[in-house]
Amino acid sequence: MSENRNRITIAILALGGQGGGVLADWIQEVGRQEGWLAQGTSIAGVAQRTGSTVYYVELARPDASGRLPVMAQMPMPGDVDIVLASELMETGRALLRGFSTAERTTLIGSTHRIYAIGEKMAMGDGRGNGDKIIAAAHERSRRFIGFDMEAATDRSGSVISSIMFGALAGSGALPFPTETFRSVIEKSGIAVTSNFRGFAEGFDAAQKPVAKPVEIAHAVPVATTEKGRELEARVRAELPAAAQENALHGVARLMDYQSGDYAALYIDRLVSLARMDAQPFDLTAEAARHVALWMSYEDTVRVADLKTRAARVERVRDEVKAQDDQVLSVTEFMHPRMQEICEMLPAGLARKLLRSGVAKAFFARFFNTGRHVETTSLRWFLMLRMVARMQALRPRSLRYLEEQERIEGWLSLVHEAVGNGDRALALELVRCQRLIKGYGDTFERGLRNYSAIIALHTSRRQTAAEVRNLRDLALSDETCNALDKAIAAAG
Amino acid sequence: MAERSFAHEVKKLTAGEGEVFTGEGILAVTKALLQSGVAYVGGYQGSPISHLMDVFADASEMLEELGVHFEASASEATAAAMLAASVNYPLRGAVAWKSVVGTNVASDALSNVASGGVTGGALIIVGEDYGEGSSIMQERTHAFAMKSQMWLVDPRPNLPSIVEAVEQSFRLSEASNTPVMLQLRIRSCHMSGSFVAKDNVRPALTVGEAAAAPQRETDRIVLPPANFKHEIEKIEKRWPAGVAYVRDHKLNEWFGPKQVESGIGVIVQGGMYNNLNRALEAAGLADAYGACDLPVYCLNVTYPLVPEEVSEFCKDKKAVLIVEEGQPEFIEHELNTLIQRAGLATRIVGKDILPRTGDYTAQVLREGLAKFLGQFAPHLGREVVPIVPLEKDVAGEIPARPAGLCTGCPERPVFTAMKLVERELGPTHVSADIGCHLFSILPPFNLGNTTMGYGLGAAGASAFKPKAEEGKRAIAVMGDGGFWHNGLTSGIGNAVFNKDDTLTVIIDNGYSAATGGQDILSSRADNKRRVTRNPISKAVQGVGGKWVREISRTYNIPLMRDTIREAMTTREKGPKVIVAQSECMLNRQRREKKQKAAMLKAGKRVVRERFGVDADTCTGDHSCVRLSGCPSLTIKSNPDPLRQDPVAHVENSCVGCGVCGEVSHAAVLCPSFFRATIVANPTRLERFKAKLSKAVIARFQAAGEQRRLARAF
Repeated sequence: MSENRNRITIAILALGGQGGGVLADWIQEVGRQEGWLAQGTSIAGVAQRTGSTVYYVELARPDASGRLPVMAQMPMPGDVDIVLASELMETGRALLRGFSTAERTTLIGSTHRIYAIGEKMAMGDGRGNGDKIIAAAHERSRRFIGFDMEAATDRSGSVISSIMFGALAGSGALPFPTETFRSVIEKSGIAVTSNFRGFAEGFDAAQKPVAKPVEIAHAVPVATTEKGRELEARVRAELPAAAQENALHGVARLMDYQSGDYAALYIDRLVSLARMDAQPFDLTAEAARHVALWMSYEDTVRVADLKTRAARVERVRDEVKAQDDQVLSVTEFMHPRMQEICEMLPAGLARKLLRSGVAKAFFARFFNTGRHVETTSLRWFLMLRMVARMQALRPRSLRYLEEQERIEGWLSLVHEAVGNGDRALALELVRCQRLIKGYGDTFERGLRNYSAIIALHTSRRQTAAEVRNLRDLALSDETCNALDKAIAAAG
Repeated sequence: MAERSFAHEVKKLTAGEGEVFTGEGILAVTKALLQSGVAYVGGYQGSPISHLMDVFADASEMLEELGVHFEASASEATAAAMLAASVNYPLRGAVAWKSVVGTNVASDALSNVASGGVTGGALIIVGEDYGEGSSIMQERTHAFAMKSQMWLVDPRPNLPSIVEAVEQSFRLSEASNTPVMLQLRIRSCHMSGSFVAKDNVRPALTVGEAAAAPQRETDRIVLPPANFKHEIEKIEKRWPAGVAYVRDHKLNEWFGPKQVESGIGVIVQGGMYNNLNRALEAAGLADAYGACDLPVYCLNVTYPLVPEEVSEFCKDKKAVLIVEEGQPEFIEHELNTLIQRAGLATRIVGKDILPRTGDYTAQVLREGLAKFLGQFAPHLGREVVPIVPLEKDVAGEIPARPAGLCTGCPERPVFTAMKLVERELGPTHVSADIGCHLFSILPPFNLGNTTMGYGLGAAGASAFKPKAEEGKRAIAVMGDGGFWHNGLTSGIGNAVFNKDDTLTVIIDNGYSAATGGQDILSSRADNKRRVTRNPISKAVQGVGGKWVREISRTYNIPLMRDTIREAMTTREKGPKVIVAQSECMLNRQRREKKQKAAMLKAGKRVVRERFGVDADTCTGDHSCVRLSGCPSLTIKSNPDPLRQDPVAHVENSCVGCGVCGEVSHAAVLCPSFFRATIVANPTRLERFKAKLSKAVIARFQAAGEQRRLARAF
């Protein structure tokens, strides 16, 4: 069936709002200008509301005796010449549906991701593995043209449909001159200049090897102070190589968070663990990550500090694409509660306040509703700066004491496991830190789940697999039912 | 204002004799109606037929000039009842809707018009929402044609055939005094192609002229004894007349040789013909132009069948494959009866080889055909090239993409608030309706137990009546579209009358948004051809509703949450109604985008808002996503070298509706959200104030930076 030189079949897989319909129209117009018959089909409707949909285009020529072709309304697996997909997982869907085949198909797919709701709402990391899709795309196409179409769209200030149109022209998969493609854009008369830019961007990308979106690279931090160099030397001397990169990030983070001494405490904690660890030292490496994250727990001081840094406002300006002559103001949605404010105070005072009904009722009046905090206004900026300066008091605060106690308890369980020669269990316990994150209700839920797992482990020692399973359950269900059931069954 | 404007395309509708018309299927149907001298048109929007209604709305002026009356009907029942105009008068009329749901709604009127019969050609265009991309239950319109004895036309899916079918349908209707249904499958509605146009024809009689000279024929009315006469007339007069017209005008078609050695053949629904040909082509039994090696009988009219054509085709054949999509297999049953009556021994093969359910794609037909050939003509055709399925571990990485609410949708905060109340009061029974709000059933909201039909949200909750101390109030959701379609009477009126104690949340976003943004009675837009601005709350109060709250800004989540809580806990008995009013964001954007661009260009002050997330304070729990599901609120790799879970991230498509910020407030989530307000062309005072605070802030920031550098790594 692939021998029919009088027919070209094209499937476009796109998400709602990406202009798949416009692209399908453009392609048909190119065909018609070149004297081919063109038919396109699509399904509008719910697909445009975040769903994915297939547009199908057939180009065909009458035969020598003038007979008109019978055109299909849907791509037939194994019978598609060109597949265009506007996103990596849609590229994957083209493979899943058998549209792209090694014998025949030119597959033009974006390598960027638009995450599906199921991936976004996971309590941890629910993202699908894109590398597998790219590997399969190579295997299941005659030619795979893959690049980050979103980045191309941004660069050209255009829309993704014009990028795909350009890539199609650049691929040479259609027997039509580039000028015809361009004339179609011109004739449509809509956003011609920016569509031309997008077209050129896509055309060029089609000539290059497959490229994935650029990921952020994390350079190992370089010490800039005396104290920094001293701690770096300790990390290099006392910790195994496998753990050093994470540990240096950890040291830098904790110095920024609190002080050099606090970072030194961090190294002490790691060193005592490293002594009991062995090759390949993945326990120490992972501990370097999780101890640093726990020690730099999120509190009101930290948030106030991060929100008022100079670099932050610049970052926002950049992100929202505000131009230099435009006035930008930033409003935060903060909801500090009585609990979180008291925790910042020295432990004695905080405990007294939290116990006293009168004081609690008085202060609660100020903290039981969310605040719209305009950080770009002087009043709120100064207020937040003041809170950030409480950083000096942090080591005496109630929260600090509580967190250090929890960290010590956690590490002693880790030590015990290593001492028993069960490094796998120790590693799983270390990773339980991942449960404790966020603020307010989220923090309380995480801490509750963590405490429940630790309580079970304390009363009845769990295996590595059991701990991992409990942690996965905690991250699978916001209502905590799954975890509670498992704990009840185990206890 | 509809989602898509056809103002440009409707100009094509003026194309005259011999001009080549290129466009969408639905536009071609419109053109065919005008070429047929239609006098009146009505219908109700819904995929895949919405665009037909939009085309008519955009073509209103042209229709008026031609003397054609167009009405956006209140429901499919209204549209079907409109066909009454063709009963006494030689007026050609057409109505359109989404089927099978619309046909269900219309069936009362359809039965009546089919019973009495018509004088003028009456055409019902049904957009058959079956198979891939469908949003409704999988049923067939065919059953309605059979039970009411209306004819069902299912043309081959190419524009010339479809246009021809429209014109023939009117003649068929008039020749047999019977309404005709034209079935358009979903992909045919949204299919582009070309055909050669004819001149538009003014109706021989307009509806105005008919009304000016009323005629009456009481035996056309379904009342005893006329109704018994109708039954006889249908069987003895109209059916034979219909069959004769189909036969004499060769509405069905034949392809390939009359007979092959192996004694097989294929009968196919017109709408399935192209897929069949592609399957035959893949089997090496046809070429790309429809020349095939097997006898093919193509039913462009799937009801009624023409017995003499069937027996002529089947005689001397061992086995005939019937390609009939959907279930039950009505045509297959009837073919078997006709074969029996004709005394033939032909084996009719259908659902025993082809799948009983699902789309008959070319691939499915290819496989079915291979089985058929294997059984009855093993020497014919190539072997099927098997498709190697994608490896399971790769396939498992590809996520499902359920439909969801758009960025900035005003319905989102309603469901967020319901989620928050659910946390306090526990889960409730939620009766959902039809509309975008139906997406509440899907992640992340997972709210909604049943949906019984358009406008039936409140009715679907009517069995749940908590006694004083036991149980919980149920919540019903209804859209403004459903409310005016029938929900006012079937839901609200019923709840008042029966002293229901439920909460009904009516989503009043100003349009029939799910079907493409058409205006309705309560639309806030001024529409010079329609009457709008009729408040829903007034209608509710008009039928006796007492506890009615209007929330004019749905994005106010605390107010929404508190109002829902109050409705669920108040001592007041009787139905509670919350009218949640904010404009559909898709429509609003379309409206405002141009205005803002013009203001920017003119150097006027324009305020833009959007939201963002600070990656360094976000810890990657994604509670915010679970309470929102906004397409603009997504995730990205954590920029922190130590953290592994992706962080929340707001994309540039954000329209600044504010739900994510309000959610993090109301649910005490996290301080990572911020609202950026960007003022283009600011006033002098604004610029001065910004400069001043920036200068002071910069000094403090510099001092803080120094302290941090001193203690830094």
